[in-house]
Amino acid sequence: MSIPTIRKQKIVKNHWKIRLILFGILAVLLILTALFSEQLCPYDPYLQNLANAKAAPSADHIFGTDRYGRDMLSRVIAGSRTSIFSSLILVAVITIFGTVVGVFCGWKGGWVDSLIMRISDIFLAFPGLVFALAAAAVLGGGIQNAMLALAAISWPKYARIARGQTMAQKEATYIQAARLSGCNTGQIIRRHILPNIAGAILVTAMLDIGTMLMELAGLSFLGLGAKPPAAEWGSMMSDTRNLLATHPWVPFAPGIAIFVSVTVFNLLGEAVRDWLDPHSER
Amino acid sequence: MKKYIVKRILQLLPILLGITFLSFAMMRLAGSDAVTEMYSNTGSAVSEEVLDAAREELGLNRPFLVQYFSWLGEMMRGNMGVSYISGRDVFATFVSKLPATLLLTVLSVLLTIVISVPLGILAAVKQGRLADQVLRFLSFIGNAMPNFFVALLLMQLLSMKLRWLPVISDGTTIRSAIMPMLTLAIAMSAKYMRQVRTAVLEELNKEYVNGAMARGVSERVILWKSVMRSALLTIVTLLALSIGSLLGGTAIVESIFMWDGVGKLAVDAIQMRDYPLIQAYVVWMAIIYVVVNLITDLLYRVLDPKIRLGAEKE
Repeated sequence: MSIPTIRKQKIVKNHWKIRLILFGILAVLLILTALFSEQLCPYDPYLQNLANAKAAPSADHIFGTDRYGRDMLSRVIAGSRTSIFSSLILVAVITIFGTVVGVFCGWKGGWVDSLIMRISDIFLAFPGLVFALAAAAVLGGGIQNAMLALAAISWPKYARIARGQTMAQKEATYIQAARLSGCNTGQIIRRHILPNIAGAILVTAMLDIGTMLMELAGLSFLGLGAKPPAAEWGSMMSDTRNLLATHPWVPFAPGIAIFVSVTVFNLLGEAVRDWLDPHSER
Repeated sequence: MKKYIVKRILQLLPILLGITFLSFAMMRLAGSDAVTEMYSNTGSAVSEEVLDAAREELGLNRPFLVQYFSWLGEMMRGNMGVSYISGRDVFATFVSKLPATLLLTVLSVLLTIVISVPLGILAAVKQGRLADQVLRFLSFIGNAMPNFFVALLLMQLLSMKLRWLPVISDGTTIRSAIMPMLTLAIAMSAKYMRQVRTAVLEELNKEYVNGAMARGVSERVILWKSVMRSALLTIVTLLALSIGSLLGGTAIVESIFMWDGVGKLAVDAIQMRDYPLIQAYVVWMAIIYVVVNLITDLLYRVLDPKIRLGAEKE
């Protein structure tokens, strides 16, 4: 074993530009698939055909068919709309809400800041999905409620980042200069603070898309998100679990779709991170 | 140090109050109270007067905050009501299922350490080389798989194809713990391998490593005597923190493998709308998590000479 004392000083080229473009295109393709899922499905994802139930993968049905003879490929494509859009919307909502709260707290300070931060501490004090599980249960399931439940536990992270960054920027000389040259608070926040903290927030948000996709699918898997027969990846997997022994491709198809989507969004997130924050760990 | 412990415990009180208040309020928002549920479960139609009398008796018409504090008092004495479904004491049920979850958690963390620490060190030492790249690729894959997918894959492979293990747990045995443990450890190892790598790399990049090299100290001694000793602190903290989040993350895996712990209990309770049981799960998991985090933080302070010696000077 040797310690890479010389190698480590080598400047690591990470080709973030190429990665950004490549994974950006793949992510856009995924979003387009979700957007045009109805047009892209080779079959009606809800059309039952019991004569051709549980068919093995073939040229006609690449992922086979489920126990009602529904084409799995069409169901996976149809499911992309719920799975991908709900995670994108969720991440957008928590990012905006968390940032607004964080900037407000960081800028204002004082007791309002302390109060809101204590509230966010409480949400952070619940481990993992425990709070989301209970919240989704109380709200009664459904994909919107699952999103709400995850939003409740996820916004504090963004508020923390935005608050810390705002507090750091607030004291910077250029802010004092802006103030001296007659900018009001709104202008300073919009033109100076927000552009300076956007990078850190964006990186976190991009890397969160995949996580949220998996957590939403997890809640749906437990029956707390989208409900069958609606096509959603998590609930499709749980719905077809009993075919695992005999027809494993049926539950695996949506699993692969989740894996591929999370991979694309994570790779894009890492490319964005390397672009905006070249000094971060790799 | 004593001062610090007292300070941390005092900081904890508002959080614990917040956790309990939120859990209490949330279950109230569920829209039904114990009385309605109780009678609807018996299946008989009851007049409003009877319901009101029962509410009066249980104190459900008192002001919200009064109800909260009386609930809190009862909760701390381990009295959290009875299950709507089974009629059994909720707290006793929760406590009876806790050991299985703790066992699964401890086993998963141990397996995670066995997998992620050596591989993380290897990746750091071989930074940029083939071993590092393969390990980072594997960690990336592990990070992009939801645990229920990993669970189904393991089930298909280990119990259906190879027939090594039973499909669902046949009790709280090590044999039936293997698959849930593997599922949890795969996801965690993917995450912690990267963090171990980062922690070790950070130490390797410090000046003293160069200094020791210049003085001719052998690489092996630098790595195992100095670098690992410092990196271990970070690693231990990370893993201790993961115990807390694991406790809350076992729900899906437990219910897939029918592992009889609190996670499965909670998922079943959610499906049956058994609110007292859900409430007990939420409150106690959060309290356990907060306490584990506190112990980790204190442990870190005891272990880290920089903080330990610095704090004594204060």
